[in-house]
Amino acid sequence: MGMTRRKFLFGGGAAAAGMAISGKPASARTIEAPGLRIKGLKATTTVCPFCAVGCGMIVHVKDGKVVNIEGDDSSPINKGSLCSKGEALFQVANNERRLQKVMYRAPGSDRWEEKPWDWALDRIAGLMKETRDRTFKTKEIDTKSGKQYTVNRTDGMAILGGAGLDNEECYLLSKFARSIGLVFVEHQARL
Amino acid sequence: MTNHWIDLKNSDCIMTIGCNPAENHPISFKWIEAAIEKGAKLITIDPRYTRTASKADIYARLRPGTDIAFLGGLINYALQKNLIHTEYVRDYTNASFIVSEGFDFREGMFDHWKEKERSYDTKAWTYAVDGAGKALRDPAMKDPRCVFQLLKRHYSRYDIHTVCKITGTDQDDFSKTAETFCSTGRPGRAGTILYAMGITQSTHGVQNVRAIAMLQMLLGNMGIAGGGVNALRGESNVQGSTDYGLLFHVLPGYLPAPEYKDETLASAIARYFPRSNEPKSANWWQNGGKYMVSLLKAWWGGHATDANGYCFDYLPRRSGNHSYNEIIRKIVQGRMEGLVCMGMNPAVGGPNSGSVREGLGRLKWLVTADLWETETSIFWKRPGANPGGIATEVFMLPAAASMEKEGSISNSGRWVQWRYTAVEPPGAAKSDLWIIDQFHKRLKALYRKAGGIFPAPVVKLSWNYGHGHEPDVHLVAKEINGYFTRSATLKDKDRTVEFKAGDQVPTFAQLQDDGSTASGCWIYCGSYTGKGNMMARRDPADLPDGLGMYPNWAWSWPVNRRILYNRASVNKAGRPFDVKRPVIAWNPLKKKWEGDVPDGGAPPCNDDKGVYPFIMLSEGVGRLYALNIKDGPFPEHYEPVESPIRNVLSKVQNNPCVRIGKNVTCDTNKYPFIGTTYRVTEHWQAGAMTRNLPWLVELVPDMFVEISKSLAVAKDIKNGDRVRVTTERGSIEGYALVTSRMQILIVDGNLVEQVGIPWHFGYAGLATGDSANILTSEAQSPVSGIPEFKAFLCNVEKGGRKI
Repeated sequence: MGMTRRKFLFGGGAAAAGMAISGKPASARTIEAPGLRIKGLKATTTVCPFCAVGCGMIVHVKDGKVVNIEGDDSSPINKGSLCSKGEALFQVANNERRLQKVMYRAPGSDRWEEKPWDWALDRIAGLMKETRDRTFKTKEIDTKSGKQYTVNRTDGMAILGGAGLDNEECYLLSKFARSIGLVFVEHQARL
Repeated sequence: MTNHWIDLKNSDCIMTIGCNPAENHPISFKWIEAAIEKGAKLITIDPRYTRTASKADIYARLRPGTDIAFLGGLINYALQKNLIHTEYVRDYTNASFIVSEGFDFREGMFDHWKEKERSYDTKAWTYAVDGAGKALRDPAMKDPRCVFQLLKRHYSRYDIHTVCKITGTDQDDFSKTAETFCSTGRPGRAGTILYAMGITQSTHGVQNVRAIAMLQMLLGNMGIAGGGVNALRGESNVQGSTDYGLLFHVLPGYLPAPEYKDETLASAIARYFPRSNEPKSANWWQNGGKYMVSLLKAWWGGHATDANGYCFDYLPRRSGNHSYNEIIRKIVQGRMEGLVCMGMNPAVGGPNSGSVREGLGRLKWLVTADLWETETSIFWKRPGANPGGIATEVFMLPAAASMEKEGSISNSGRWVQWRYTAVEPPGAAKSDLWIIDQFHKRLKALYRKAGGIFPAPVVKLSWNYGHGHEPDVHLVAKEINGYFTRSATLKDKDRTVEFKAGDQVPTFAQLQDDGSTASGCWIYCGSYTGKGNMMARRDPADLPDGLGMYPNWAWSWPVNRRILYNRASVNKAGRPFDVKRPVIAWNPLKKKWEGDVPDGGAPPCNDDKGVYPFIMLSEGVGRLYALNIKDGPFPEHYEPVESPIRNVLSKVQNNPCVRIGKNVTCDTNKYPFIGTTYRVTEHWQAGAMTRNLPWLVELVPDMFVEISKSLAVAKDIKNGDRVRVTTERGSIEGYALVTSRMQILIVDGNLVEQVGIPWHFGYAGLATGDSANILTSEAQSPVSGIPEFKAFLCNVEKGGRKI
């Protein structure tokens, strides 16, 4: 018959729906089925951010806000199914607890202060440079052999993260970290 | 995973050990059920009767931390009953190799233990070699010094009776498991082993995985459909983050991160990527130098030349262990100035988290990038903290969620899938891509303006991702794939191919060590080629064989191969062992392979130009006997560092290579029960991504402690009572969940109760609760550095007041 869930949801079953709701036999001009809230909306695909099965998802957006997230039945991996976490992703996209501002906590303070990105990033870069310049080790002596080696590394700073980052982000993080001489680079895979 | 999720449907027998797919990878169960519908058997081995166990044909209870005893018992069973795939074992593993006299195992220790260094001399455990340095072999596998005979002897000690004494498993359950799973040794039958943190989070985690791999090699299950060694990874892109070298010991593509003794690029390459003297070994890592040079070209561009060793000196050199536990140790000791956490929450996720939270206060500065407030970002105002006494500067950067950015992620099956931006991030939130770009650009500007210590690697870093607001993710992906830096003419089999500067490299076989190619990660070479973004493909058609490979959906590494080691799925003539489910097959008329992307295009073994299947090892064959593994060439059962009993198998309680810290104890008077941690479906990892979502909080609102009915009676605890759990590290409280899923174990004649605790909770978020990792210790595997979260000693008492 070739009726997929997608076709049914998009109206392939509208005639039957019309009949079930109104009790009258449906005709093409008198279908009273309620409109689908995702009708006519932009749909993009994404992949679930939780476990590593990699379920496909479809996101519907209206006026710049996510109005629906559901499983992508085109994905051979999950064929449209999602577990409770994936099903709840809508509440990651729409949640007043999401961080929306850069926050800064000064030494000894008991509260957050809102700061502009520029301020925060300039200060962070300054701290990174200070720490790097202060703790950079050009040479190190091997205590067993007494020989001196070039190590060119920054011992005073570490980066942890991130299994939730995209590949391209992981790559740039790895590249950035090594460029500033970090060896203390770790993430969730170590746990 | 050597295989992938959908491939599970092809299996005849699925064994889960140290994992719980029904609850933690729920959608994967579709494929497990598909196999069951076709008659496959599911075997679940777990301390607790989980939802996976409830669907299993056979459930075998296992004491936390005793997986090697169990797996060793299965290895022994397969060997004693001769259920192994003999042809496969003889031809495709090192079973026939003769081992030198340097190896022996006596009284619980391998030979060549160096007491002063507290380590083994692994070089002594080599093969016996001929004059040309090639390993001696006995194809009949009868020589008493051959791997096969040594293996038999070692595991002969793992008889059912001894094994079950150690693991607490019912002997009938063990026998059924052994009989059913080892029946997959017959060619034409496929067995797969799924594992996760129950296996890895142990002081002998690496040896656990080794035991799984050895069993699978003995049964001929590596490289076949429905077979393999399959790690169920826990985060959407932990596969990718590992692939891109976000661990101290590796660079992208698993290239070794240089050590202090690697003084030049040439010496590093010579040390890391050995030649092989086996003509039939592809020894693929011998090409490592090309990937190293291509990476350096991607990182320092035109500055990286042959004359300066491609800027090899710009790479930092490590000395020893810089792993997570080391980082935390330095932080706790006040010897770390700054920490950047990109979507990581060590205040909940790491062991001994009480110590972590306190230690964060000794940092000079902390930067977090997250979607939510986390226990790490608000450590300074956590319950009981005195903010006035904490001098740390903290920056909490708002980050974009998965549907608010474009890029790729890699699932556990190595499938790399592209995803798109649906909406902009809320408020001032930004993608991590933008944030990292800002870190680099601003730091570079500072070094350019003010100079400083060794600025060259920073200011000369190649960073060309367009002139937009944030890096063009497509340009990043293209650099990762790799491109030609100048025109090149290469040989491809019997023809020549011309490339211009800027052309994408089609596949990693064409990466060069002469500076003509740049590639950020060789195993992703082929993901974004001249033909476009292979990761974004959405062709949902499967191959006619119906094995579920979907070769044109997304892209898998390496080179879109779906099943690794698939050359082991055919015999030496290139004919599939399993004719019903052939992964690849050699077509002798067309002189090519058909099916999955073969593990190297060389013809079958028997051909002059043929190669052995395990192409990433220098011998070309799988290692039943391992070389260069710190804690032993054969897995041996030792007790977890906190254990209620003396080791039954030998006089040696713990693997001697394991460092035992001061904060662990085996005092069962104080801590009589075995504690273990686990996960639930509704929450995820350290909890920020789920404990802030009302729908999920409604499903699981509270922290709980799972105990058996017998323990509840013994401690006068009822379901729902507040209880406190205490270990040598700390104390937490939660609601008691009294179930029959947990049962008392009989271990070497002693009755031992277990306590199971989900670790998702913390003091931040909408739903809060105590963190299980307050209880766990840093005791770690000497090889992988992964802490032993899964087995410790604790006490449980009624009453919620923490001590």
